[in-house]
Amino acid sequence: MKRHTARNIWHLGIKELRSLWSDKIMLGLILFMFTVGIYVAAGAQSRELHNAPIAFVDNDRSPLSERIIDAFYPPHFKHPEHISQQEIDPGMDEGLYTFVLVIPPEFQHDVLAGKLPEIQVNVDATRMTQAFIGSSYISSIINGEVLEFVRGYRTSTPLPIDLAVKVRFNPNLNGIWFGSVMEIMTNITILSIILTGAALIRERERGTIEHLLVMPLTPLEIMGAKVWANGIVVLASAMLSLFLVVKGLFQVPIAGSITLFMIGAMLHLFSTTSIGIFLGTIARSMPQFGLLIILVILPMQLLSGGVTPRESMPEIVQNIMLISPTTHFVNFSKAIMYRGAGIGVVWKQFAVISLIGTVFFLIALTRFRKTVAQTQL
Amino acid sequence: MAGKPADSGEQMTAEYSAIARFEQVSHHYGDTRALDEITLDIPAGCMAGLIGPDGVGKSTLLGLVAGATKIQSGTISVLGGNIGDSGFRRSVSPRIAYMPQGLGKNLYLTLTVHENVDFFGRLFGLPANKRRTQIEEVLESTGLLPFSNRPAGKLSGGMKQKLGLCCSLIHEPDLLILDEPTTGVDPLSRQQFWELIARIRNRKAISVIVATAYMQEAERFDWLAAMDSGHILSQGTPGELRKRAGKDNLEDAFIELLPTEKRGDHSSLVIPPYTREQKTTAIEADGLTKRFGDFTAVDHVSFSIGQGEIFGFLGSNGCGKTTTMKMLTGLLPSSEGSATLFGRRIDAFDLATRKRVGYMSQSFSLYGELTVEQNLTMHARLFHLPEEHIASRVDELTERFSLKPYKTKLATDLPMGIRQRLSLAVAVVHDPELLILDEPTSGVDPLARDRFWEILIDLSRNQGVTIFISTHFMNEGERCDRISLMHAGKVLAIGAPDELVHSSKAANLEDAFIGYLRQAAGEEHTDGISATPSEKPSVSPQAERKNIIFSPRRMYGYMYRESLEIIRDPVRLAFALLGSVILMLILGYGITFDIKDTPFAVLDRDNSPESRDYIASMGSSVYFTEHPPLVSADDIERRLQNGELQAVFEIPPDFGKDLKRGRNTEIMALIDGSMPFHGETIRGYIYGLHSHYLSDLAVRTYGDKPTFAPVSLKVRYRYNQDFESLTAMVPAVIPLLLIFIPAILMALGVVREKELGSITNLYVTPVTRLEFLIGKQIPYIAIGMISFFTLVVLSVTVFDVPVRGSFATLTFSALLYVIVTTGFGLLMSSFTRTQLAALAVTAFATLIPAVRFCGLTDPVSSLDGASAFLGNIYPTTYFLYISRGCFTKELGMGDLYGYIAALCAFIPVFTGLSLILLKKQGE
Repeated sequence: MKRHTARNIWHLGIKELRSLWSDKIMLGLILFMFTVGIYVAAGAQSRELHNAPIAFVDNDRSPLSERIIDAFYPPHFKHPEHISQQEIDPGMDEGLYTFVLVIPPEFQHDVLAGKLPEIQVNVDATRMTQAFIGSSYISSIINGEVLEFVRGYRTSTPLPIDLAVKVRFNPNLNGIWFGSVMEIMTNITILSIILTGAALIRERERGTIEHLLVMPLTPLEIMGAKVWANGIVVLASAMLSLFLVVKGLFQVPIAGSITLFMIGAMLHLFSTTSIGIFLGTIARSMPQFGLLIILVILPMQLLSGGVTPRESMPEIVQNIMLISPTTHFVNFSKAIMYRGAGIGVVWKQFAVISLIGTVFFLIALTRFRKTVAQTQL
Repeated sequence: MAGKPADSGEQMTAEYSAIARFEQVSHHYGDTRALDEITLDIPAGCMAGLIGPDGVGKSTLLGLVAGATKIQSGTISVLGGNIGDSGFRRSVSPRIAYMPQGLGKNLYLTLTVHENVDFFGRLFGLPANKRRTQIEEVLESTGLLPFSNRPAGKLSGGMKQKLGLCCSLIHEPDLLILDEPTTGVDPLSRQQFWELIARIRNRKAISVIVATAYMQEAERFDWLAAMDSGHILSQGTPGELRKRAGKDNLEDAFIELLPTEKRGDHSSLVIPPYTREQKTTAIEADGLTKRFGDFTAVDHVSFSIGQGEIFGFLGSNGCGKTTTMKMLTGLLPSSEGSATLFGRRIDAFDLATRKRVGYMSQSFSLYGELTVEQNLTMHARLFHLPEEHIASRVDELTERFSLKPYKTKLATDLPMGIRQRLSLAVAVVHDPELLILDEPTSGVDPLARDRFWEILIDLSRNQGVTIFISTHFMNEGERCDRISLMHAGKVLAIGAPDELVHSSKAANLEDAFIGYLRQAAGEEHTDGISATPSEKPSVSPQAERKNIIFSPRRMYGYMYRESLEIIRDPVRLAFALLGSVILMLILGYGITFDIKDTPFAVLDRDNSPESRDYIASMGSSVYFTEHPPLVSADDIERRLQNGELQAVFEIPPDFGKDLKRGRNTEIMALIDGSMPFHGETIRGYIYGLHSHYLSDLAVRTYGDKPTFAPVSLKVRYRYNQDFESLTAMVPAVIPLLLIFIPAILMALGVVREKELGSITNLYVTPVTRLEFLIGKQIPYIAIGMISFFTLVVLSVTVFDVPVRGSFATLTFSALLYVIVTTGFGLLMSSFTRTQLAALAVTAFATLIPAVRFCGLTDPVSSLDGASAFLGNIYPTTYFLYISRGCFTKELGMGDLYGYIAALCAFIPVFTGLSLILLKKQGE
């Protein structure tokens, strides 16, 4: 029987591919998501400071205050707006500005007199990312400008310790490098879960699954076929998007081995397709499945460590998220794609992802027959 | 037929001679021609029948008359007006009732009998008091009154059809259109059904148009049109048709009327007698029982089938035939009793036995997207035929089952009869010894059925294959060696067909079956049909029929029904409500931009008190966690690469010495930039800590604050003084959850009705699209609002993020937002055709834009290009502003009206688009 297993899985998988091929809408969606979708979404998620809206209340109107204001320009900041004191609150309430800086009267005079005048920086702290990074940009820009200005008039004490900060693996901290790969992961995850889960439910609804079960086929073979066939389609699309969009359009330099990354993506697909089948055995109808995938995909996507760093999450969330293959995907893709790590570094993640996939696959396997029986009524 | 002018006939049905008049009507589905230039008058005030096998265009024709299907070419007048005209259709729809094909196709299976009828009453705008009396009357007259509170899904096939009829009759139509109303119904229920129709027509001479594949039934109609492949073969009274064909029954007459090339070499079927040579038993069932919860589907069924025998299972849909067969194939475990195949107990894991069995399930489960040849080849491979024999086996089968001409066609595109032959070919591809066939002939025309039986007989008599077949056709039962009559999970009788007829002293098998059924029903109820109910003075029909554009009652009908369906699926409701709570907890705590515990290590080339002091000041910060020191440059490389460290400091030799002497020295910091946002933040912290250290140092050395910078910055974190992620994220998670869940719930709303067929009710009843959409939307809006309140309570109590601004404004905006997001789901649902597509499109169209483009992390004003555009036209953007404004910025209506107005603007846009994309008629 063993010999047959591989052949059965192969032939059933071919059928699976033919089915997908005939669903042109779905194919179109896949293609769209992995090209245009990635391009647009990755473009939006340059998480470095970008176009931050800023305004000034300039009560000094001196050469120095103008010099400071002129130092803020795209792409980090939008061109600054001049507003009056009264416009601060409404402007910030409406969300027009993330930052409003108030330069006091006699600012330049006080600076030159060494009186240490104070610039007030109002930050809309509901916009966490911009608020934090922007504040440190603002302080270094202002300090730089003022020092430069002052240099002409008096000497300042040199700093006893210089700090030279170098950023490794992505020197300009370009958000697209990371964002585009994360988008690929999001698409892989969403698509593979929906494809396999819905394919199972559809076969159940149409009754073809029973047909397979009365043939000399085991649930293992039926599920195995779904995993490889759907997996390979998604993998191919991911590859397309990696070369076309990430390498081609965005020109992201990839430090490590693409082959290694693809092997990782393949293992990831094994676990997401298994999760898809598992969800397909839990939901009794498409509407239930629809809700289930939202419940599962949303945390998988947002808490993987790709949107916010894992270290900052509460310990319990960090631990729960270890069950999700996306967490490990984020880790190994950072290592391979940017840090140029090899198998010696990422084998742990590979092993864990495979383990997760195997566990879900096995649970789904034990539920498989029971589920088919449930659809009878 | 010189009919009177159409307009004078508006008042009474009887006044015009043709209830429906077709002129040059053609209809196509893709390349398939369903109706070909039909010109026909269907007489009024009588029982008119359309006869012919499946797929000849009967259903298309009826759909056109009912206004459910859009006319492609030609004109059709119904009840004296042009049914192609939407104004006329609207005014006339309350006078027409349409029961589509398929058991309970237009019913809602989770709703009770009473709720179903009530729903239809509302759709036709009947006021509550009239509905009450009318429902009672119609349920009583059909004998369904005792079952008022039973869900429609749990009714037998016959009762479902009666319920369908009740729903059709509730508004007292003048024209009743029935599409194969008795297919799959047991003979007793079938008889009762026609008696019921006759009684209704005694009270009011309504016109009835029926399509049927049962020729015996058609004998009783007043007028018939025989159809074949989109043409009318012949029309007239049943007597006329028989006379024309020169046959004494309609079935033979119909075959005679077919064009000669179609008739082929049709000859009556001859069945050689079955001789049980070897005494081997193929199937043995003993007390087989299956229960689903408290419902017993199969109740102690026992039988034994010999090798080579053709054994028939006769009974209505839902009597337990399929369940029994599934237990025999091992698909379903039995609750009680035992069964053996070839003397071995049935074991779901016994692959060897499966190779000896061929199974054909009810739905002809072929892969429609594969061709005939691919279907056969795939199955041959899966049954492990030697690769070199596969091609010849496939050839042999296509030859034998006459599939040659279709070899490269997709299974979906095949006519029913051919698909059925292909299914059988697939089932026998591995030469099984036993064939289990579940209703292989339903929906197949008499000719094709005969051809099919020829093959079966050949397999049984010449190859010794045992055939276990279920059917609801009596004449097929007669062809079996032995049959078992089943009803409600029980076997009523087993024996050779002749014996059964004799022993019950009936004229034929059908009567014998009816006898057994009556006996079984016994005292239960004497078909429950009451004496003629008194004629109720009907409300002035004119007042009822003035069809207004928007009727709150009809909308309420859909709303009430949708709510009931949601309540009947508690799992889904629980997912929806609990799901948002769970997600809120996970995301609220999980999405945080505060950076803590960044792992760092130091390569200290100096190792002086000064350098250790510097390191300690970094390590004591909450932002960093120190890891064991680095030893070399390679170590830096390795530990950054494997992700252990995210920041590294390198302190030069003589750092301490230089510092003491006031000589400039430089520390190098390396940051892992693979996650750019994270890297950026770490960089900020490092600069901050560094300058903090410097001023600290200055204070310690000079006892005075230094003036490295000539200016000081006073940063005020507004709206979130402590600069906490939670305060920023909680108000942002609510808008996300209020789009994902309501949209996905709603998205399947319409498309599910399309897949299940109940969308017909939109097509043929007076309900308008707007009433339909809004009625369906309201319950989901309610769910969304319950979610909203739960989430607000959660954020105030658990997360301690209070609503500082106007709660009223927040609630009002949430209501608008939920209307918008459910409207978005509705829009997705209106243009997709399958649930899978609706699901995938909605998931992508909500998850990605809402998370990326709507200001969750970066404000929309900081985006550019396509993402900025998407952010500006996406509703979440606006509600996110409002939510943050009301929660953290102490804002109210006065500050937010602009955003609220923007939300409002989405409502007509989404609803309007849905209206455009949703069709009021089928294709």
